[in-house]
Amino acid sequence: MTSPSERTRVSRIVGIDLGTTNSLVAYVDEATGLPRVIPGAEDRPLLPSVVAFTPDGIVVGYAARRQLARRPADTVYSVKRLMGRGFEDVKDEARYLPFRILPGEGLVKLAVGGREVTPPEVSAAILKALKERAERHFGGAVDKAVVTVPAYFNDAQRQATKDAGRIAGLDVVRIVNEPTAASLAYGLHRLSEGIIAVYDLGGGTFDVSILRVKDGVFEVLATNGDTHLGGDDFDRVLALWLLEDIAVRHHAELDRDCVDLAHDPEAMQELRLAAEAAKIRLSSEERTTLTIPFAGFTYRRDITRAELERLVEPLVVRTLGPARRALADAGLTPADIDQVVLVGGSTRVPLVRRRVQGVFGKTPHSQLNPDEVVALGAAVQAHILAGGITDMLLLDVTPLSLGIESLGGIVNVLIPRNTTIPTSAREMFTTSVDGQTLVDLHVVQGERELAKDCRSLGRFELRIDPMPAGMPKIEVTFLIDANGILQVGAKEQRSGKTASIEVKPTYGLNEAEVERMIEDSFTYAEADVETRMLIEARNEADTVLVHAARALRQGAHLVGADERTSIESAVAALRAARAGDDRGRIHEATTAVNRATEHLAEVLMDAALKGALGSRRAAEILKDQ
Amino acid sequence: MVFLAEGTLRKSFFEVFGLPRKLAVDPAELQRRFYALAREHHPDFHQSAPPTERARVEATSALVNAAYRTLRDPIARVDYLVRLEEGRETREGDAGRPTAPPALLQEMFEIQEALAEAKTGALDDATRATLAEQRVALRTRLAGEEARVTGPLSARWDAATPAERPAVLAAFKEGLATRAYLRTVIDDLTQALGEDDVAEREDKSVAHRRH
Repeated sequence: MTSPSERTRVSRIVGIDLGTTNSLVAYVDEATGLPRVIPGAEDRPLLPSVVAFTPDGIVVGYAARRQLARRPADTVYSVKRLMGRGFEDVKDEARYLPFRILPGEGLVKLAVGGREVTPPEVSAAILKALKERAERHFGGAVDKAVVTVPAYFNDAQRQATKDAGRIAGLDVVRIVNEPTAASLAYGLHRLSEGIIAVYDLGGGTFDVSILRVKDGVFEVLATNGDTHLGGDDFDRVLALWLLEDIAVRHHAELDRDCVDLAHDPEAMQELRLAAEAAKIRLSSEERTTLTIPFAGFTYRRDITRAELERLVEPLVVRTLGPARRALADAGLTPADIDQVVLVGGSTRVPLVRRRVQGVFGKTPHSQLNPDEVVALGAAVQAHILAGGITDMLLLDVTPLSLGIESLGGIVNVLIPRNTTIPTSAREMFTTSVDGQTLVDLHVVQGERELAKDCRSLGRFELRIDPMPAGMPKIEVTFLIDANGILQVGAKEQRSGKTASIEVKPTYGLNEAEVERMIEDSFTYAEADVETRMLIEARNEADTVLVHAARALRQGAHLVGADERTSIESAVAALRAARAGDDRGRIHEATTAVNRATEHLAEVLMDAALKGALGSRRAAEILKDQ
Repeated sequence: MVFLAEGTLRKSFFEVFGLPRKLAVDPAELQRRFYALAREHHPDFHQSAPPTERARVEATSALVNAAYRTLRDPIARVDYLVRLEEGRETREGDAGRPTAPPALLQEMFEIQEALAEAKTGALDDATRATLAEQRVALRTRLAGEEARVTGPLSARWDAATPAERPAVLAAFKEGLATRAYLRTVIDDLTQALGEDDVAEREDKSVAHRRH
């Protein structure tokens, strides 16, 4: 073991939880040795994983989330579900997404904000916002990160995450599995030795991992999951159910106005957001009221926890099979599990807790905030890599079997699932035709017998010198690194020459594409900080203008003509400023409108309170409080 | 993608753990040595090393992990020993179905017939029951075969003189071939009966499958 003085310190590495719904960045505080989340503006720890492509540039986080219902076609959410996937994989889900997914081969492409972007570029925008957040916190450059992914992410999804980091200007020094990261965060001081099960149900993905914790070693025994299952699906089933209910209750208004809510992206976003909010309230309340204002009518109804549970039950049940399979793969029974840890916002749903308890026969616990624990664990792993912690070691596994397609389309498994990583397998290949110079390998991931039923990772073409058939002995090494990402090397044994390999990823970006996206991101980045502040200034101006207009409508008769004129001219000046690009001017004009309407607002407040409170002036009453 | 570092360690899995080429392995001791080696060679602790050194560490770490995975499982341990003794550490690219060992051919005939029949049409209840019974019998037989290979046969290897080893190796190969064949037939029976393992079965009650 290395003593603190001889540690070789690497530059600062942050830990990032790149979530489906929310993302976070964390680091280990040198003074306390404990991981901490770095908050953003207004001290909020979460960054909503929403990216809006506006005419003025890219907006990320809460500001983008506010645009969801206003600009649904250009505001991307849950992009994690699209990472490393092809059009065919997501076309069913695409029907429910308000932004456009372009049909085509290979990696998914989105058409937003008048241009084509790939999921890694959207994720890069989120990573960049977190990078800037960390840089503001430290007052210096941050260019290395540990980024978490669902344990059940395949090679293409991991590679896409790494690419996103590169596009954002971050060197992703390690990809860590989310449940494992969570166990590290718990491991710092709350975890006793033994066998633990981590059940991680997030916004869009589900993982379950079984670990043995002993002597500071966190050894993953088995993992399983579903990269397309999470809280988003809960929201969707509830929203669709509400949609049917609205059709029944408000058919008169809908018919009258010729409205088809299902094909109205703004209305569907309102519905989805209302469903999400109701779901969250029902975790702590037995009953809640939904109120959704639509054009022409307001939808209002009560919903009970039991009703929600009936809707999401089939989704929750889908997590139980993988949980049992992970146990079986670890060679364990529920009785062997010492602790069950819950991770991910969706584990706040009481039904989820009951079902998890049913499978493992133990009361699950979640002392650490399930929204933050993964980011905290990523920070711990970052600290290990930086040399700050030397007594903890994480041994993770590859979630899916890796194989190559052999004769008849059958998969020849080289590395079985749940093998500790890094791991490698060597395989010999030869030629079947005289003078053959090309050997084509199709690498797949999955548990099915036939290659066509597994996930295609890519094709590797080995080029060798011509020889009689069967003479070449090409040794191919498949290495799955500590990130769970495949690396392939080949050598012709007779000549000892390294065979050249050309890789054609099935669902990935090639080197040139990544390079271009890095350049693109610089072009957009130049404008980013400036435009974001401009957009924020405009948003503020809009709010103030709405308030001023309302105040004038309600109380113009309560003030003198001079005051009215000064308000109107301040409003006109702000309108003019808002149309331009000068952020400072918008800011000044906004302040001017605020000042000009101060007295009117006071008068209005006074008038509103007069009836009930007699003649005391509203300002005095407010002061008393 | 990078090419694996030159000079990848070619130690045998037994040598990696400093163990003799014997099949009796104490699982607790193996785990202790594994954790120690994992700490020494894991890429996590060599992050600031130059790239060539990191590649070497990664290859060593992969070797340690593969060695542990193989040696902790008694069957995989025997299978590896046989390949090691025969000097074919690298598996040949072959995904063919195992063929029946001659000794089993006769008694498997009946099952194969029933399976062939099952493939052509629906199973009647009587055939189903017979196939299910046969599967139970084959599973018992498989367990017995595994116990023989990892038990008495493994002990015989550890006690064998160099002259006796070829005979034990031949017995291992026969045992492993029988095991592989039995497993294939059990899988076929399971498929013919339209069942998967327990977890798979639960999944089928649900609309979505992973693949």
